[in-house]
Amino acid sequence: MDCLDPVRKALLDDLDEGFAELFAAHRGLVFTTALRLSGRWADAEDLTAEAFLRAYRALAGYDRDRIAGLQPRAWLMTILMNLWRNCARTRSRKPPPDLRGVPVETADPRESVEGTAARHETGDELQALLGRLPAEQRAAVVLRHVVDLPVSEIATVLKIPQGTVKSHISRGLKRLRALGGAQ
Amino acid sequence: MTPRPATPDPTSHSAGMNPTNPRATGQGPTNLHATGQGPTNPRATGQGPTNPHATGQGPTNPPVAGQGPTVPREVGQGRDPLLAGLAALVTDAPDGLLDRIAARWVRVPGPIGELDVAFTDQGIVYVHEPVEGFAESFRKRFGRPLLPAAKPPAGLVPALRTGRSSGLRLDLRGLSDFQRDVLLAARAIPRGEVRPYAWIAERIGRPRAVRAVGTALGGNPVPLLIPCHRVTRSDGGVGEYVFGPAVKERLLAAEGVDLDRLRALARERVFYLGSDTTGVVCFPTCRNARRITPAHRHGFRTLAQARTAGYRPCRTCEPGQVA
Repeated sequence: MDCLDPVRKALLDDLDEGFAELFAAHRGLVFTTALRLSGRWADAEDLTAEAFLRAYRALAGYDRDRIAGLQPRAWLMTILMNLWRNCARTRSRKPPPDLRGVPVETADPRESVEGTAARHETGDELQALLGRLPAEQRAAVVLRHVVDLPVSEIATVLKIPQGTVKSHISRGLKRLRALGGAQ
Repeated sequence: MTPRPATPDPTSHSAGMNPTNPRATGQGPTNLHATGQGPTNPRATGQGPTNPHATGQGPTNPPVAGQGPTVPREVGQGRDPLLAGLAALVTDAPDGLLDRIAARWVRVPGPIGELDVAFTDQGIVYVHEPVEGFAESFRKRFGRPLLPAAKPPAGLVPALRTGRSSGLRLDLRGLSDFQRDVLLAARAIPRGEVRPYAWIAERIGRPRAVRAVGTALGGNPVPLLIPCHRVTRSDGGVGEYVFGPAVKERLLAAEGVDLDRLRALARERVFYLGSDTTGVVCFPTCRNARRITPAHRHGFRTLAQARTAGYRPCRTCEPGQVA
C-alpha cells in the first residue's frame, strides 16, 4: 500500500475525502480537455461536473482492490471522453446549428475585460482551428499537445492503438498548420 | 518497493494542471506506459546499419528513413509556435465547480435536537438526525460526494428555530414530479396548523392518490424545512413521520397545535368549523377558525353539509380542496 499515490490512498481511506483529492489533482486536466474539445465554457463546466459525478458514482461501487489498482488519471479521462463522444453523438442527430461566424465561447463569463483582451490575441484563433478538426484528430491533438498526456495513455483513454493515436496527432497538426496558414 | 522519498507528490501541483506528467519520470511500480512514449525509443535506434544481422544481406539502404519522422518533430517542440500555442490552451477549472458536483454538510441545532443538513449550490437537499451512517445514506440516496461545510447556509438556523422556512432555497432535483408536487403543497401549511392527507392529494390534482401522498411525505428528504409533520390524519391521529410519530406529536404541540382538541372533535365527527357571523367554514386549526367564539361556532362532518347550511370555504386554509 505504501507505493500508492496520495489520491488512491485517500480514496481507500474515505471515499468523499479521496474524491476531493481526486478533483484537486485533476480538475485542470479534465476542464481543459472538456473546454478545448467542446469549445464552449458552459459545456466544459457541464462535462467536467458530469464526468466527476460519474467517477464518484462508479467509485462508490468499487471494492478496495479495484480502487487500489486504478490508474486515476487515465480512468477519469476515459469517463470524460466517453461522455464527450455520447454528447457529440446526441447532438449530431439533431440538425446542426450553423455556427460559422459565431464567436467561440471559451471564456469564463466572469472574466475581466483585460483578461478577455489578452486571451483574444492568443488562444481564440487556435481554439477556432481546433474546432474545425475531425473529432478524433481534435481529441488526439488536445490530449497530446494541450494537456500533455503520453501517447500510451491516450491510446488507453481513446481505446485505439498507439499507432492510430500517432497518426491522428500528426494529421491533426498538419491540418492545423494548413488551416492556420490559409488564414 | 520504490523507496517512499522518490515518489512524486501529485498534490503539489495544487493549481490543478500539471503539464509535466508525474509518471513520465518513470517512478513507481504502477507505471505501465513508460516504454511506449518519447522519441528515445530504443527499438527505433537499434535497427541502424550496425545491426549485425543486416550485414549478410548485401547493399540494402540503411533504414534511416524509418527512424526519421518522429525525431525532428519532438526535438522541435520547444520552438514550434503551433505546439507552444496548444500548450498555452491549458485552463484551470473555475472556482466553485466543485460545488456543482459535491454537496456540503453541517451540524446545526434544530427543534428536536441537533440535525445534520446537506446542501448543494441549488439549496438544501437533505435533513437528517445525526447518526453514524449519515454520509453513507446520503451517498446511497443522492449519489453525490459529501464534504464538510465551513458554516451553515444563510437562513437555515433561523428557519429551523422558527419553523418558517419559505425563504429558504431547497434542492429537490432528485425527486419525481409527483413527490415534488406533494412536498411543495405541504410547504404551504403554516406553523401551528395541520391539514389532512386528502387535502394535499386534492391540491395537486390527484384526489385519489391519498395513500401515495403519505408515501411521498414519508420520503421527504428535508423534514422540518418542508413541514410534512403538519399533514395529519383526519381522525385526529398524527400519522407517520420520518422521525417517528412521537416526535411529530411533540413538534406539533410545540408549534401550538392542540391535538387533544382535534381528537375530541374527530370523535364527534367534526372535521370543519364554521362561524355564523362570517358564514365561513375552515379546517379546525386554521387561524380564522381559532378566532371563532364558542357561541358562534358550528361543527360539520363534511364540507357539503357546511355548504348546504350556507357556509363558504375559507380562502386561507382552503378546505374547498377537499370534496
